[in-house]
Amino acid sequence: MKPAFRNLTAPASSPGQMVAVTFDGQELTLVEGENLAAALLAAGVDTFRETPVSGAPRAPFCMMGACFDCLVEIDGTVRQACLATVTDGMNIRKPNGTSDV
Amino acid sequence: MYDLIVIGAGPAGMAAARRAADLGLTVLILDEQSRSGGQIYRDVERAALLRGEILGKDYTDGIDLARGLDHPGITHAASASVWQIEDGYRVYYTQNGAGKTAAAKRLLIATGALERPMPIPGWTLPGVMTAGAAQILLKQSGMVAERAVLAGAGPLLYLVAAQMVKAGAPPLALVETQTGGDFRRALKYLPGALRGWPYLMKGKDMLAALRRAGVPRHTGATGLRVEGGDRAEALVFNAGGRQHKIEARTVLLHHGVVPHIQAARSIGIPHRWNAQQQCFAPEHDETGRTAIDTVFIAGDGAGIGGAKAAAIAGRISALSIAQDLERITAADCRRESRPLQASLNRELAVRPFLDTAYPPYKEALSPDDATIVCRCEEVTAGDIRRYAGMGCLGPNQAKAFGRSGMGPCQGRYCGLTVTALLAAANGKTPDETGYYRIRPPIKPVTLGELAATAQRKGK
Ligand SMILES: Cc1cc2nc3c(=O)[nH]c(=O)nc-3n(C[C@H](O)[C@H](O)[C@H](O)COP(=O)(O)OP(=O)(O)OC[C@H]3O[C@@H](n4cnc5c(N)ncnc54)[C@H](O)[C@@H]3O)c2cc1C
Ligand code: FES
Repeated sequence: MKPAFRNLTAPASSPGQMVAVTFDGQELTLVEGENLAAALLAAGVDTFRETPVSGAPRAPFCMMGACFDCLVEIDGTVRQACLATVTDGMNIRKPNGTSDV
Repeated sequence: MYDLIVIGAGPAGMAAARRAADLGLTVLILDEQSRSGGQIYRDVERAALLRGEILGKDYTDGIDLARGLDHPGITHAASASVWQIEDGYRVYYTQNGAGKTAAAKRLLIATGALERPMPIPGWTLPGVMTAGAAQILLKQSGMVAERAVLAGAGPLLYLVAAQMVKAGAPPLALVETQTGGDFRRALKYLPGALRGWPYLMKGKDMLAALRRAGVPRHTGATGLRVEGGDRAEALVFNAGGRQHKIEARTVLLHHGVVPHIQAARSIGIPHRWNAQQQCFAPEHDETGRTAIDTVFIAGDGAGIGGAKAAAIAGRISALSIAQDLERITAADCRRESRPLQASLNRELAVRPFLDTAYPPYKEALSPDDATIVCRCEEVTAGDIRRYAGMGCLGPNQAKAFGRSGMGPCQGRYCGLTVTALLAAANGKTPDETGYYRIRPPIKPVTLGELAATAQRKGK
């Protein structure tokens, strides 16, 4: 689906390089050094995780490190996407189950 | 050992760090963000050049504070999440996956504010964010939400709307929950507020800009709820005597900001209910000193005052700390603090007017039984009321009844709601009801990071 956000500057004109990452097995091309949560939203990712309680979909809510709804598993560690930056080859997945951080 | 550790590189922390360093103190300033600026001046050194025009002068003004950190006496640790404070002088933090620790003679907590939780039906759906979150995406990443509706109350709602207009993506509508009655009640504070008239003028300008852009405004809205399956699809509400449905892909909620009290609470600093601002705030004296002699607190984390007030309060704390450490005399401290205190009071003069004219949305303070209040553990308002019926008096007990506040956000977005629900159900005040006991770690930390920290400390 079309992303809910528009980029004011075209990615091509941004200072960062385009790098490949995977999100739940799907390959995405993101700008290196960009905020990870922002980059995933811009790429059209709607659901970042499912809640351990009911399985309801969640996505970033606060963008300031407080709500933890942006939790994803990055190369094996569960982290807040809104406090992470894009690096080349990142392997990102929805965290599974009750990953207590 | 540093002279001073500052947690938070927003206006309060940045101003304090610089003033302290100018007085000869060695300062470590920690912030979990990758760049300095805090919430208002998020990423200002970079973004001011890219989109200063859209974000406005109140934003780009922060550049001087951010540049002020460039001082030989200041070490700025970016991307550093503080997860524990010990004995009032040692902090533990995680930076790039590595656990670290540092100690100082004095500590300043400048962790700022959070947006007040706004639990309405559907607020957990993807596509529902805080208005501040949309603003962060705009500041930091140059992203603007299309087909978005803003809902709630307060100056920040107008500011975000005005910035979206300038960015070329006006919101579909502004759904405001304050009423004409609120405004009339606020009028009695107008004479005091006139001391802060630039704020009132800015508000007027923002409203004019929204009118020119043709953004529809609904006021006195009630019954707000977000509809959608896997993500937000529409905002439904009542206003002007009928029901409205605005189809939107993004719903941005905001009804004020409240102190982010996690760090202060984790070391047992006493907090008290502030009825005017409807939130808990830490107790401190006029220089920001808390019940723990070596710990100071400044900025919105000490009580909501806005960015300018935060910077002034940071400087006042820095002076008091410098006096503690005998870098300035008591007389010099007083001489420099007095005019600062006067400007702080001027900054705060507009608050009672704003707090009364834009009160929190009532239905979000006391949500319907079916509405989720604890996002992490999906506990509803009805659950909390049920616990009260079974004898639950306070938030800590509520944790035992049903895990509310025990998820990763540690109650940041449910604590105030749970206190309010229990207080109402038990006929008690918020102070009597209390708040979650906050225990470290206040930020997630992995076993590997803990091990690395333990090793370092042992060295
Ligand atoms: C999302 C949001 C957007 C806002 N936008 C505006 C605006 O545009 N205009 C306006 O006038 N006011 C705005 N405000 C109000 C704003 O909070 C204050 O005016 C101002 O930023 C307060 O300054 P401060 O220094 O007290 O705290 P902040 O600026 O909030 O800075 C606090 C800093 O502490 C850091 N921090 C918190 N906890 C930790 C931890 N455990 N470890 C490490 N670092 C930590 C945070 O990352 C943050 O950078 C906004 C508030 C929010 C919540
Ligand atoms: S979006 Fe809230 S913690 Fe990341």
